[in-house]
Amino acid sequence: MSAPHLLVHDHADNVGVVVVEHLKAGTTMLCVVTADNSSFELVVKEDVPIGHKVALDDLQEGGTAIKYGEDIGKFVADVAKGAHVHVHNLKTKRW
Amino acid sequence: MALHVSDLKFMGYRRDNGRVGVRNHVVILPVDDISNAACEAVANNIKGTLALPHAYGRLQFGADLDLHFRTMIGTGSNPNVAAVVVIGIEPGWTRKIADGIAETGKPVAAFSIEQNGDLKTIMDASRAAKGFVHYASELQRVECPISELWVSTKCGESDTTTGLGSCPTVGNMYDKLLPEGIYGCFGETSEITGAEHICQERAVNPEVGARWYQMWEAYQEDVIFANQTDDLSESQPTKGNIEGGLTTIEEKALGNLEKIGRTSRYIDILEPAEAPRSGPGLYFMDSSSAAAECVTLMAAGGYVVHTFPTGQGNVVGNPIVPVIKISANPRTVRTMSEHIDVDVSGILRREMTIDQAGDALIEMIVRTSNGRSTAAEALGHREFVMTKLYRSA
Repeated sequence: MSAPHLLVHDHADNVGVVVVEHLKAGTTMLCVVTADNSSFELVVKEDVPIGHKVALDDLQEGGTAIKYGEDIGKFVADVAKGAHVHVHNLKTKRW
Repeated sequence: MALHVSDLKFMGYRRDNGRVGVRNHVVILPVDDISNAACEAVANNIKGTLALPHAYGRLQFGADLDLHFRTMIGTGSNPNVAAVVVIGIEPGWTRKIADGIAETGKPVAAFSIEQNGDLKTIMDASRAAKGFVHYASELQRVECPISELWVSTKCGESDTTTGLGSCPTVGNMYDKLLPEGIYGCFGETSEITGAEHICQERAVNPEVGARWYQMWEAYQEDVIFANQTDDLSESQPTKGNIEGGLTTIEEKALGNLEKIGRTSRYIDILEPAEAPRSGPGLYFMDSSSAAAECVTLMAAGGYVVHTFPTGQGNVVGNPIVPVIKISANPRTVRTMSEHIDVDVSGILRREMTIDQAGDALIEMIVRTSNGRSTAAEALGHREFVMTKLYRSA
């Protein structure tokens, strides 16, 4: 397998993690789900730094971000499939 | 070829109390902040000794004072320490700490500064320290089974790659070595927030899980909610975490918990700097998520090797315990290579499995225990940071 651009922990997740440097908008990413090494493709809409997250679907404000198959916070803005997910559109539910 | 962990041995220093160390330090231990200068002078006089200056030890009281004594005595008692010179401003607390360390059977000498002054204290303590260096330098490493290792963990400057690579590497190591009878330890109470339901379930039984949850909840109430002035959005996660792509404490906590693997269960809960008393197995230590504080507490609990996953590149070390750095972030292993002992960035490229990474870490733990200097040791990182619970009187 060639090296993936994006890793996803679990099939239930709606975000994945960029694992390459200098990822450019418009790249068709090879995405791998680490739970079973299955793969899919997704076009990234923005330049996203290594380690940062990308939305796997169109996600609505008020919805829950899922990673590791678990709740990691709430979206505070609508996020398009392939867009960057970070502090500008995702917030903790804890404090 | 798969590693046969049961056959693994390492060369360690067996102490009089039966515990095994992987380093052989002669420590010059200040009881309090104002004894740092004398300790550093002794360490400068006598080559092969190590002063551990710190900021506290005056007018502390209650649980905070108990923690101070526990950390001081635990540090001196750690099996990586061969002998200790204790120096304090007055004889009472100095003797209390020296007596606590002496229970291990190792050589300890105590000196107090009042009615002597720094110069006479430094001269007398230097003579004792010189004797201890001769004693320690003749001790020999002996072959020990892997089961005699005490291995702690705490991650730092985490990012999303820690949850994908370096933390599961530590978890795989624990899943393989805990069944061999080692002692393990994880902690970072604030950083379990968001995954507390999962952590509670990872207790060996519901009673331990319930005690763990009470401890976590008390921390939330007494520390976070009692003192917060904002939503902690730049404290937990930290600015470095956010730079690395972590957005929320829940996300950070889930990555953090990858360090306890898939099958491991914690068997008991430790106060900060408390030594485990329930036999071999994994323990949770109630501790800060600040790297130097947490590693110092675990070292005082008796752990002799520390495994430290990092994403963005935390450079922390500890004066008495080797801190093994593991990173899966390809940018960090390239730009900060001198800090990384185990490069597991192959996990992100799907060239390396978690199982292979766990074996690589175990091999590095054995090499480190045999005497290999870690990156942090070679670079002189000796962060010794006492945890303070509240203001002094």
